[in-house]
Amino acid sequence: MHKTDIIIVGAGPCGLFTVFEAGLLKLKCHLVDALPQPGGQLTEIYPKKPIYDIPGFPSILAGDLVTNLMEQIAPFKPEFTLGERAETIEKIDDKMYQLTTNRGTIIQAPVIAIAGGLGCFEPRKPPIEGLDKFEDHGVEYMVKDPEQFRDKDLLIAGGGDSALDWTIELSNIAKSITLVHRRTSFRGALDSVEKVMDLHKAGKIELLTEAQAVDVKGGDHLEEVIVKKDGGLHSRKVDYFIPLFGLSPKLGPIADWGLNINRSAIEVDTLDYSTNVPGIYAIGDVNTYEGKLKLILCGFHEGTLMVQSAFKYIYPDQKLSFKYTTVTGIAGIEN
Amino acid sequence: MEDNVIKVTIIDREGEAHVIEAPTDMNFNMMEIAKAEDLPVEGTCGGMALCASCHCYVESDHELNPPSDDEEDMLDQAFFVEDNSRLSCQLRLNNDMDGLVVKLAPVS
Repeated sequence: MHKTDIIIVGAGPCGLFTVFEAGLLKLKCHLVDALPQPGGQLTEIYPKKPIYDIPGFPSILAGDLVTNLMEQIAPFKPEFTLGERAETIEKIDDKMYQLTTNRGTIIQAPVIAIAGGLGCFEPRKPPIEGLDKFEDHGVEYMVKDPEQFRDKDLLIAGGGDSALDWTIELSNIAKSITLVHRRTSFRGALDSVEKVMDLHKAGKIELLTEAQAVDVKGGDHLEEVIVKKDGGLHSRKVDYFIPLFGLSPKLGPIADWGLNINRSAIEVDTLDYSTNVPGIYAIGDVNTYEGKLKLILCGFHEGTLMVQSAFKYIYPDQKLSFKYTTVTGIAGIEN
Repeated sequence: MEDNVIKVTIIDREGEAHVIEAPTDMNFNMMEIAKAEDLPVEGTCGGMALCASCHCYVESDHELNPPSDDEEDMLDQAFFVEDNSRLSCQLRLNNDMDGLVVKLAPVS
């Protein structure tokens, strides 16, 4: 079990910078993120894209901004629980929340700051009726343990790097692989595309292009995937169907935390970015208010004001005197 | 047609057509136009062709800029993709697009 002052749900740029501002007030932070690495969208969607509206940086690559933020907050020794989704919160005492992740990690703190951006990144699921019935029973959206597929018949769908890479990797393990893709050409690394084509020519995998999986059949476990190609339907008897269509964000469990939600965003008071629940704040892209702009710049501002309010909430009797980093530095503030 | 203002039609997921007057000299794309009209388009990535949440079908026979590799790559990750599928964020408005009709793709 972990204890901290502020649990930050979401390790994107806004959540990361909030650690700095909290640190100046000697408040400790513990960040939770469903992704395996910090940075949120910046790392997951556009690490190589330049951002032009960070003050003081005429241009900075999204990935570099995350690296810099990690360096900037390092003196405050934030704790991270990565690759786990914040699942439930419960109030265990006056001014004490307990957050539990989907993997059972427990963190306690008086304040929760939701910096969840657009939500948790989850695998895109093809719109095939009845697909959910076979989840964990033959339908896998990611490959966690390749050994699971040893000597099995697989159907992989998708045309990107992960579909290609796993086709190559699993071709040595699985009994058979059928790769289904919407187009004739593949994106992804040229090297991977060539390898897949070679496997196909060598008869080691079956390649169905200009095709898509449209139906799944079976009893308790998946038995058959129906593929549409050239206007006709083709059946493939398989043990596993692995659709690999990338990740997309969903608000997820946060929606069930009793907060006022408006169009997938959390309503806050712009005085301090507090929600309708005392001790819970929402900052960055995940919140909404009149005039809201979804900018990293604005998220930094919101996190800064939020921690001032959080301090007063945690220590109502202590006087908070504001100090500039230019006057005090940050090293001396470190505990 | 007024100078640099065109009419475009966006058909929502309920089949209702929204006729919108849009300026062509402000660097808008169709995703932004749809959002400004409060139509249910996510535009998660903000228009970088990185999320496919603004997927639409071009219903009129306008000659449009062909999809870039980035756009095709994202369409590979989208569902309900048809021959006339586009990412609306990659349809930058110009005067030749007067009368354009697009339909929002279903969300999965």
